[in-house]
Amino acid sequence: MASFTSPHTVDHYLEHLHPMLTVGLVRARVVRVLRETGDASTVELRTNGVWRGFKPGQHVQFGIEVNGTRRIRCFSISSSTAGKKKLFSVSVKAHPDGFVSQFLHNELQPGTLVHLSQAEGDFVLPRQVPDHLVLASGGSGITPVMSMLRSLRDSNHQGAVVFLHYARSKSDEMFSRELDEISSAMPNVTVQRIYTREPEVGAALAGRYSVDHLKHLGIDPASTLTYVCGPSGLISSMRETYDEMGASAMLQTEYFKVPSIDVHAADATGTLSFEIAGSDAPNSGATILEQAEAAGLAPAFGCRMGVCNTCAIKKEYGAVRHVISGEINANTGETIKICVNVPVGDVTVAL
Amino acid sequence: MTYSQLEEFGAELDEIRGRILNDLGQRDANYIRRVIKVQRTFEIVGRIGIFFPFFWPVFVLGIVCLSLAKIIENMEIGHNVMHGQYDWMNDPMVDGKKYEWDIIAPAEDWKNGHNYMHHTYTNIHGMDRDIGYNLFRIDKDQPWYPNHRFNLPLAFLLMLVFEWGVMYHGLELDEYLSGNMPKKEFDVRKKRAFKKIRKQLFKDYVLYPVLSLALVPFTSWWVPLAVFGANFVVNIVRNIWTFIIIFCGHFPAEVQTFAKADAENENRGQWYLRQLLGSANINGGKVFHLLTGNLSFQIEHHIFPDIPARRYAEVAVDVHRLVEKYGLTYNSGRLSKQMGSVVRQLATLATRPEDPYQRGNSPESKALRRSKRESSRTVAELAASGGALVEAP
Repeated sequence: MASFTSPHTVDHYLEHLHPMLTVGLVRARVVRVLRETGDASTVELRTNGVWRGFKPGQHVQFGIEVNGTRRIRCFSISSSTAGKKKLFSVSVKAHPDGFVSQFLHNELQPGTLVHLSQAEGDFVLPRQVPDHLVLASGGSGITPVMSMLRSLRDSNHQGAVVFLHYARSKSDEMFSRELDEISSAMPNVTVQRIYTREPEVGAALAGRYSVDHLKHLGIDPASTLTYVCGPSGLISSMRETYDEMGASAMLQTEYFKVPSIDVHAADATGTLSFEIAGSDAPNSGATILEQAEAAGLAPAFGCRMGVCNTCAIKKEYGAVRHVISGEINANTGETIKICVNVPVGDVTVAL
Repeated sequence: MTYSQLEEFGAELDEIRGRILNDLGQRDANYIRRVIKVQRTFEIVGRIGIFFPFFWPVFVLGIVCLSLAKIIENMEIGHNVMHGQYDWMNDPMVDGKKYEWDIIAPAEDWKNGHNYMHHTYTNIHGMDRDIGYNLFRIDKDQPWYPNHRFNLPLAFLLMLVFEWGVMYHGLELDEYLSGNMPKKEFDVRKKRAFKKIRKQLFKDYVLYPVLSLALVPFTSWWVPLAVFGANFVVNIVRNIWTFIIIFCGHFPAEVQTFAKADAENENRGQWYLRQLLGSANINGGKVFHLLTGNLSFQIEHHIFPDIPARRYAEVAVDVHRLVEKYGLTYNSGRLSKQMGSVVRQLATLATRPEDPYQRGNSPESKALRRSKRESSRTVAELAASGGALVEAP
């Protein structure tokens, strides 16, 4: 079939008949946008048949077009695997600098076309779920473990599960009502929420994570498979606990990356990471091409003046400033000419 | 122009560029998608049409539609997408890095010869391999050799097989033979070219004719032959069209060429000026501009190669204003005028020049080249041995 449409793919033709009619590209429509809290929303999606489904804990690259440009971000799937194969949802906290998360939370309308990747990531439950399990999270890191918890509920899992969540306050917490319901309906599940800034009156546990929290809940790290997703502070202190107890292998982690951009920073900040080479270097403020060469890489280049497009590569993550136009782009997975772009803060490129 | 005027000229063009880039958005995205949709429609109608050779109006319509499809695909879509004009959309369908076009020449090698060498070193002798394509004498600064007497017939032949010429150009066989390209690199290019040739030929001359075998029992034995022939004609029509547009954009008489020394340590203004003087525009209507991929605005394209081509008409107004302000020349004309100029140029430069230094094989020319070679070798040897050109007293 591909020979008939060579050098283009079949999808190059099919998508003009109908945007959901593709054989290789995952597409979806927004079914509903639900407000979870003041700054978090859940987006329900209905995919086309290309979607292969997901495992609880995985994430997806989520692309929407705004003013002609496709904006892509990684979002964790928050729904249960039990429903229809083509339906799932992501839950997103609107980050003050996050263009896409703000757009999702404030403007996204049902019916919008979404460009997806297949579900990705190894932060997933094993096929045989053990009898003892801890699902820990902080802030918006709740989404992948919520997907796990919902899937366990829907598959009638009987093992002991501790669901430990840290939020700043009750009003910052997503899925509060559902967590209450699960807590009362499932005797094998312990739902423990800790509010770090505005603790509940009479709460047994308070403040940020410490090893006492595990002790109080009667968790033995050495024998309990633990999943943790959230800010790096939470993950590193849990990692410390598990390492000290010789239980490193029992801890599965996933960071939540939020791009931090200081567009007015006078000096170069952050790290430039070369994904393919597997190395990184402190951002020197020079163009990405020059910094890559200084790091011993040999990327393809031509004119070195932004004309010929030879040096264009994918910038996976972070923000860059165009040296001529001064424009800043913070899109995930966008093609840029590295001879005329300098990194702003942490940037990862496909070099 | 004075140096400071040139800097100002460059800054004004940079400002125009910034204004357009800031304004890019949904309308530009909708435009290229609409063009792609029209192109796909022409292609499908064309492919179906040529299956009806027993009903000639449909057959001819098929050939016309498929020709238009190939022309639009190569010009307004392929050429422009591969310049990265739509990379800002972040849509893999119009990603300059990934796009492969419907022509024999592989995108990768074409982008190197065209986007990099031709667009950076526009019209510089010895750097822009597009000057005469190593085949014609199209500029009086090129040395004349006896084979240049065939300038015109050769150009006519190249016009018919232009896509093969583009493929051969990207292969850079001459660079490999003269030892300037490592064998490894050449082998990679050769493999890429053969793969693309196989795919293109298979589709047009095997797959679709074989598919039409299904019609033979209901019609006649020669239907597959007609499909084969129609594809052949379509590819030639496209070749003729692209050849004409490209030659008219670069080789009319008044277009200037440059020596390597002219382009050393250029500032942005000088670079822009070279682009302006090194290209020519063709006047025409909206549909004409679409079919040329807006390369009828060759000057604007050379000044801003990565701005979406639909914006060139709008940019041309500003470029005109600057051309008048600084008293520069702006080469534009009807297709017939530019074509006439190209033909005259090819014919005139085919004749043996009176000046022996313009004849590449004259003793004078050879002596000149030898002395140049020797002086550069002396410099290189001195540099290698750590010596200085000027001995300290």
